Amino acid sequence: MDFLIFKAPMLMVQASLDGILLGILFALIAYGMALQWGVMNIINIAQGDLVILGGYIAYTIYLWGIHPAWGVIISPIIMFFVGWVLYKLVINKVVDRDLFISILATFGIAIVFQQLMNFIFGADVVVAQSEYGTTMLFDNSVTLPNSKIFSAFISVLYAIALVIYMRKSKLGRAIRATAQNARAAKILGVDTEKVYAATFGINAALCGIAGALISITLTLHPYVGLPYTVRSFMIVIVAGLGNLPAVAVSGMGLGLFEEFADYILGTEFRIGAVFLLLVLILVYRRFKLSRKREYLK
Amino acid sequence: MNKIAKLFVTFISAITLALVSFTSSFAKVEGEYIVLGSAISLTGKYSSNGVHTQNGYNMAVDRINKMGGVEVQGKKYKFEIIYYDDESNPKRAAQLAERLIKQDGVHYMLGPYSSGLTKAIAPVTEKYKIPMVEANGASRSLFTKGYKYLFAVLSPANQYLEVAIDLAVEKNGGKGVKIAQAFEQDAFSQDVRLGILDAAKRTGSEIIIDDKLPKELNDMAATLAKVKAVKPDVLVVSGHTKGALTAIRQISEMKVDVPMLAMTHCDAAKLSKQHGKKSEFALCASQWHKNLSYKDKFFGSGKKYAKDFQKEFGYDPPYQSAESSAALLVFKDAFERANSFDRDAVRDALVDTEMQTFYGNIKFGPGGQNVAKPMILFQVRCKGDDCENRVVAPTKWASDKFYHPIPKWSERS
Repeated sequence: MDFLIFKAPMLMVQASLDGILLGILFALIAYGMALQWGVMNIINIAQGDLVILGGYIAYTIYLWGIHPAWGVIISPIIMFFVGWVLYKLVINKVVDRDLFISILATFGIAIVFQQLMNFIFGADVVVAQSEYGTTMLFDNSVTLPNSKIFSAFISVLYAIALVIYMRKSKLGRAIRATAQNARAAKILGVDTEKVYAATFGINAALCGIAGALISITLTLHPYVGLPYTVRSFMIVIVAGLGNLPAVAVSGMGLGLFEEFADYILGTEFRIGAVFLLLVLILVYRRFKLSRKREYLK
Repeated sequence: MNKIAKLFVTFISAITLALVSFTSSFAKVEGEYIVLGSAISLTGKYSSNGVHTQNGYNMAVDRINKMGGVEVQGKKYKFEIIYYDDESNPKRAAQLAERLIKQDGVHYMLGPYSSGLTKAIAPVTEKYKIPMVEANGASRSLFTKGYKYLFAVLSPANQYLEVAIDLAVEKNGGKGVKIAQAFEQDAFSQDVRLGILDAAKRTGSEIIIDDKLPKELNDMAATLAKVKAVKPDVLVVSGHTKGALTAIRQISEMKVDVPMLAMTHCDAAKLSKQHGKKSEFALCASQWHKNLSYKDKFFGSGKKYAKDFQKEFGYDPPYQSAESSAALLVFKDAFERANSFDRDAVRDALVDTEMQTFYGNIKFGPGGQNVAKPMILFQVRCKGDDCENRVVAPTKWASDKFYHPIPKWSERS
């Protein structure tokens, strides 16, 4: 137990800002997951591995001498096609099956991706350098890496762009229609097959952006994808499907919760605390649902 | 007809069985070759260090064979190694060890990469009474189980950073220091932590932050913010390559000023290459450095070893390769002193090992760990953007003076 945080108020500010900035990045990944979960009813276990692959794309262009920040443009473009191909090869065969099959299939994809990345990029932990420097606040007692600020800013930017796209564009409307009722959308002439492929592609692209941001803020390794999957899963569970503001709030909330759990309970309980929160929320949901009247289908 | 078929099958299986037992009882030495076995991580998350280990083994096998091999009872033998890929998976490693022993009939083993995998294999080699010389499992728990057939050429994990605390105390005029530490929750890092706890007790130092980082974590911002607030004399971090890279990234970004920073896995993480100047002044624990003055007749000196290794594999040898090469030298020495291929005779000879190799002095303690070789500390120093690791402790081999305290970030360019 460590109550240092209550003795030094600046730590509170530092923890809050760290938590929020990281939370925004996680919210972006979670939004992709919520989108395809809502539209296709697929829980993508390979979400985190798509993120890491996106990161490696940014890292590769960094090795070529291009600034890794360009990764937030290049990586989503490549990842969109990766997602599209993945859909055509595997996902379209499991999209109408039950949830368990899709979990198995995406779990398989996750393993294949990990091994491929290990094979291509090697098993070393790598980082890309943005050289963005640091912002100092309150007489240097609070420090924020500019790379984290940059990544939060880019995440927000892309999220807003996506919301507008979903509202205004034809494809966006088709995606929303399919999410509401795939059969009705099909009857009304929506090519749901194409909508599914595009949705999976957009999700992969979002992962690509997040990955590029992670390459300059955290570290990359072929086998660190799973924690990102778990965290975005949690954010989606808390926020519910198809609700972007809720995803954003829940992402930031989770980031904050994690930071404060670190200070108050100790670093070793940081991840455990998040899982405990998930269990509590699920129990609460179940309790709320049981009180709702439902009719038999 | 049926009867004949049955008889035939019985006959064939009897012959196969006989053949299998025949080959296995003689497979330890085939013709002029002494066959060693090793499960090694060629794929999976340890694959880069697995390859360093394998290169180290191969380099030593080539060298020993070229220089006359191993002489047992007046006859010259050569080394040969059977490798299997354990996919960085402990279960798989244990299976492969069984396979090497039971199917391939290997009677002498070389260790895998990492403490975790060595821990998985050791019970198997112990069960079959197979001597194993390992070079990449440093966890203290390997040496407290009473294994009789396990021999490690490297110093145990708890010794990794003890020297760093001694150095800090020395710089503080012999008085105890304030220590902040963050260790990943895995066997190796926690052993390093135990070493620091011992050192702190011994020197009257105080541990003011003691964070245990979950394995999944790749963000140390909270720990570092605490460090900034409490201003320790020394910050100790151990979390494999991920920990080393994360620490340097966030220390430099958050402008955390500490007089001394000690870590593990700096060269495996290619710290000075990936982070450049930001990693300057970091103090790193290492099993070996090419500038040490140990010598043997096979590789000459550490510098010569590094040169030959570079020529053969195209990169500078990390200590994982050097210690792996040393394992073969130990085996050769033991075979010649035992003057026999009897497993127990070889094992007894290993117990009595006392030798110098280019990698360091080797003498096994009661638990099988190497007690004759101290850990060394190097410090990352940069000239412009060119950074390299320079040995600063122990003083006997120091090529450079230990730079202390680390200048503040505001004074660094």
